[in-house]
Amino acid sequence: MTEHADESNGGGEHGMTRRQLVRHSAWFGGAVVLSVVAGEVISHIPGSASAAPASSADLHFVQVSDSHIGFQGPANMDVAGTFGMAVNQVNSLGFRPAFVMHSGDLTHLSTPAQFDQVKQMMSQLDTDRVFTVPGEHDSIGDNGPRAYRQAFGQDTLGDGWYSFDTHGVHFIALVNTLHLEQLGHLGNDQIDFVRKDIAGLSSDTPIVIFSHIPLFAMYPTWGWGTDDAVQLLSMFRRFSSVTCLNGHVHQLFSKTEGNITFHSARPTCYPFPKPGQGPAPLPQVLPAGRLKDALGIRTVNYWQGNHALAIKDEKLA
Amino acid sequence: MDMNANSSAPVRRSRTVCLAAVAVVGALGLLSGCGGSSHPKPAGALSPGVGQTLPGFPGASGTSGTVAVSPPSAAPSTPYTSGQPSAPAAANAVTIRNFAFSPAALTVKAGTTVTWTNTDPDAHTVTSKQGSGGPLNSAPLTTGATYSYTFTAPGTYPYFCTIHPFMVATVEVTP
Repeated sequence: MTEHADESNGGGEHGMTRRQLVRHSAWFGGAVVLSVVAGEVISHIPGSASAAPASSADLHFVQVSDSHIGFQGPANMDVAGTFGMAVNQVNSLGFRPAFVMHSGDLTHLSTPAQFDQVKQMMSQLDTDRVFTVPGEHDSIGDNGPRAYRQAFGQDTLGDGWYSFDTHGVHFIALVNTLHLEQLGHLGNDQIDFVRKDIAGLSSDTPIVIFSHIPLFAMYPTWGWGTDDAVQLLSMFRRFSSVTCLNGHVHQLFSKTEGNITFHSARPTCYPFPKPGQGPAPLPQVLPAGRLKDALGIRTVNYWQGNHALAIKDEKLA
Repeated sequence: MDMNANSSAPVRRSRTVCLAAVAVVGALGLLSGCGGSSHPKPAGALSPGVGQTLPGFPGASGTSGTVAVSPPSAAPSTPYTSGQPSAPAAANAVTIRNFAFSPAALTVKAGTTVTWTNTDPDAHTVTSKQGSGGPLNSAPLTTGATYSYTFTAPGTYPYFCTIHPFMVATVEVTP
């Protein structure tokens, strides 16, 4: 729980030593590797010896986020190009992920053409299956939610939520970008779905929850939080390992509250400022050549045995 | 970092015991550990939640080292404009800047056409607050795009941006 004091306060790059940051940045996209070991998801910085021997018992999956296909602006003049690079990166990992989850803001303006383009691009991912949750940019206006559901919502429940299982891990994909009320919002129907969904699960089942907007109050002033998340998360107190993976904030951030750890992912489009830096979450224009440092993918490995290099982001209670 | 992690390994190892049963189940999934080659994938690797059907869609087959990035299937969207092409710098204009409506409280006489102009690098909407029954309902406004609405009836019109719902403002229409 407290293996690494430097990382224990979470906060992405905030919590790193200079040496870690150098290693971190040297890796393309600066992905953080998360590993589910003994029922817990742990994260570490990719290093030379971090690759565990592949085994059929291992679970590898990938999270990508915030591609904003259709965005046009100086923060990223080619969002399709950088998302294509992310797709290439996933396909070059050296292992074939069981699935890829895109955690929202696939598109910038929810148009059918943008949904079609991002779906075509994700169909290039070399993986068993591609999952998505919608971002608020995929939920614009009256037609946005409909267009998203037509492109990605088949076989989902309610407004697009669902769950699935693999390798003994239970995954839940949530929608908190419809019915926004200042912050992200889940709604009672969805919370009831989760209550029934987890009712039969053993308390030592590792849980991974995907949502676009963070389920913790990262920075409510900029809408970075979900107003009824506490209702949801209170149902997970009995589980020994709960990991919430979100997008939306366009930067790495980790936080632990009790048995629940939150990890915000990097985008594939452009970064946002750190919370409260500047007037608003404006797309950040970086110096030439620096954009890729702020973008990335996230791989998550679940394996048994070799986890010597694993470092867990955990706040000291 | 490595040393710390190594020193903690025995602690973790003791916890992997409870994972063994989980891993056996995982082995049935038979996830191929390296490279994408054999298809179709064995069934059962991913199973939907109770009473559900697995959503999402299958990924690519084959070992694609490169990905052809297809061009947009539609022409890039041109900036949305509506109503008056130029917003006069008068008390009937609202500028969207830094994720805020300025002025946040605007008062106009009935019959006035108000024009919103988005100067942000991100998209915004001008949308009447849910439950207010108001008439404002813009398309997403990209950078430089404008939206206009003519208020005919006196009253208070609260509105927000549906993409960034923390952006709220009001138009007060007097007789």
